[in-house]
Amino acid sequence: MERTVANTSPASVAQIWDWLDKVPDPEIPVISLVDLGVIRDVAYDGDTLVVSVTPTYSGCPATGIINMDIETALRDHGVSKLELRRKLAPAWTTDWLSDKGRAAMQEFGIAPPQPTGGPKKCPNCGSQHVEKLSQFGSTPCKAQWRCTACLEPFDYFKCI
Amino acid sequence: MTVDKEMLAQFLLRMGDNTLVLGHRVSEWCGHAPILEEDIALANTALDLIGQTQLWLGHAADVMGEGKSADDLAFLRDVWDFRNVLLLELPNGDFGQTLMRQFLFDAFQSILLPRLMKSTDAEVAAIAAKASKEAAYHVERSADTVVGLGDGTEESHARMQAALEYLWPYVGEMFASDEVDAAMAAAGIAPDPATLRDEYDALVGKVLAEATLSIPSDGFAHKGGRSGKMHTEHLGHMLTQMQWLQRAYPGNTW
Repeated sequence: MERTVANTSPASVAQIWDWLDKVPDPEIPVISLVDLGVIRDVAYDGDTLVVSVTPTYSGCPATGIINMDIETALRDHGVSKLELRRKLAPAWTTDWLSDKGRAAMQEFGIAPPQPTGGPKKCPNCGSQHVEKLSQFGSTPCKAQWRCTACLEPFDYFKCI
Repeated sequence: MTVDKEMLAQFLLRMGDNTLVLGHRVSEWCGHAPILEEDIALANTALDLIGQTQLWLGHAADVMGEGKSADDLAFLRDVWDFRNVLLLELPNGDFGQTLMRQFLFDAFQSILLPRLMKSTDAEVAAIAAKASKEAAYHVERSADTVVGLGDGTEESHARMQAALEYLWPYVGEMFASDEVDAAMAAAGIAPDPATLRDEYDALVGKVLAEATLSIPSDGFAHKGGRSGKMHTEHLGHMLTQMQWLQRAYPGNTW
């Protein structure tokens, strides 16, 4: 009798991280959920794969979609026993954004977060002459800024 | 030290009802704010508050142990079961009054939440760590707006002064501690809010002085919301809006 190896040996934790790094953030699709820093842990509990996920903002409507996308992606890769756990502490911080994610965000036109509390430069023309329009933007994680050189408004990823 | 579960549930309902009622009030601005940026800012603030509500009421429901959810507590309780302070259930008034109330509450949360991060209840500490980041962001904006409008035109100054005089008698309730607070303090779950008053007065006094506004000298405080003794007539009207779908179609889901 032939055995199908794929169905009997569970994927390695490193493989799972790799798959999750291909799942796009639902609101900023150029970065992955791993880039966003919301995947806090991947581990096996017996034969059940446990993925711990932390919310960005407590009221972010994308949180439900993120969980669904994780589940869909892993099930597509053949993971059958899966549990998603909400991990509240430590609270999510933009320090957890990956360098790859920051670069992709900048390329996409969203200024990545800076510890100084404002964008370093305009993501469109690179000018450092920028001004804040509003502390809040199109999603809970962003604020609205404008470049005073090229006059383009742009999103800034809030630093928290 | 073990804590009385009913007392802990009361404390959690106070936290969650505050953010729920204010979150709903602020959401009433969606589509009505004076400019687009402010509309988005108010909607985002409301979203943060509702998100925090899910965590506080979720924990309250767990502690109560009756198999209820955060949604059950939000949509299926009546006025007399709500434990929010009266300040937050008042109608929005104009934009200035809404932002003045936001500031008076944000200032309180920005002082309380960092202390709750050291709570002996791990879930309270985790929720507070999450919420305090959002509260710090909120108070930055509401304080800026209060200063901008208070120290603005003659018209905006007059409206902000009127808003402060209307809302100030509701501030004292946030610090009116009772046996629930005493139990929380004894168990190391939360500080007695009365001990936060000096820090609050210093923060609020500084911002309102910069806004060229005068704090009323009368120390009278309307009370009853957080203890559950009484609410204003406004909360019932608000709940008929907020709860109507679950009341008309019980158990309905998206």
